[in-house]
Amino acid sequence: MKKRGTRIANCGLISHSHSAARNPHSAFHLFDYLLRLGDSCLILSQRLGEWCGHGPVLEEDLALTNVALDLNGQAQLWLGYAAETEAKGRTEDQLAFLRDVREFRNLLLVEQENGDFAMTVTRQFYFDLWHCLLLKELLHSSDQRIRAISEKSLKEVQYHLRRSAGWVVRLGDGTEESHGRMQRAADELWQFTGEIFESDVVDEAMVQERIGPDPRKLQVAWLDCVKLTFAEATLALPEAGWMQRGSKCGIHTERLGYLLAEMQFQQRAYPGAQW
Amino acid sequence: MKDWPLWEVFIRSQNGLAHKHVGSLHAADAKMAIENARDVYTRRNEGVSIWVVRAIDICASDPGEKEALFEPAKNKVYRHPTFYKVPGEVKNL
Repeated sequence: MKKRGTRIANCGLISHSHSAARNPHSAFHLFDYLLRLGDSCLILSQRLGEWCGHGPVLEEDLALTNVALDLNGQAQLWLGYAAETEAKGRTEDQLAFLRDVREFRNLLLVEQENGDFAMTVTRQFYFDLWHCLLLKELLHSSDQRIRAISEKSLKEVQYHLRRSAGWVVRLGDGTEESHGRMQRAADELWQFTGEIFESDVVDEAMVQERIGPDPRKLQVAWLDCVKLTFAEATLALPEAGWMQRGSKCGIHTERLGYLLAEMQFQQRAYPGAQW
Repeated sequence: MKDWPLWEVFIRSQNGLAHKHVGSLHAADAKMAIENARDVYTRRNEGVSIWVVRAIDICASDPGEKEALFEPAKNKVYRHPTFYKVPGEVKNL
């Protein structure tokens, strides 16, 4: 919390060209918004990377890590822009490897463990669908850099969605075993899909400056597509229930800490190490 | 997944060139075979087009018949276009 306090105190000093026209307050919001975009890509990439060498078949092993690498590249772009916006001399690598749990802004959904293949596929489907809808909106952002990153990312993400939606249908409408596992995963992960469409002060600032869409706006299209895909997959739409929330202000499930311990180990143990 | 059939993959590296056999993979159906081929064989910018065909649908010549099939072509050097004199005026041949 101390670090966050410093960040707020210093944000008045931001004088970067990209943010020169903005008031310091909105540059701070933009930084937070970019962290949300970048952190979700980064953490999901790390999770998918855990499958490397453990995929159910060689073809899928490669496919999962291809998606991980796509997301890693996107995280680099978002966090690179975040670091510039912050203008405190930090790099995207420092943002990735030297922040602590409470400073991460990724969705709770993406930090959940890989579980069985059904869990990985369902988590990916819920995420890809939202990711795709969001990037399409961001193509119209008033921020040129965000438009450029979104355009590049969207090409990759459309393929991710095609793959994950394909697996949902195959496994949902597969054997009794695969159907059961998919339904379990769909129900289990549902509680993390609520906060995705919540709006807070950062989102409001982004809407006001026409930088990003109102998150609530994406929910109808997301839900429609989940319903269609689940119908094809013979899966039941999970019942509405308690929704977990907190990632927008850095409150995460306990799983993120373990993930960061592994992801950040090298830079923590050997500061500045390079290859 | 062990019941998935084997598919042979052909990639065209750039427009105008022919598809070339690059390897094989397992997939449940043609759609998955194309996606797997994309993920396994085009990671380094190898292609602009992918063909997949079930390995079982490929008819192959019998290696045991190699001599009967291919030996006769060996002593017919005149089938190679190497006996012509190329006029000096012809460039870029």
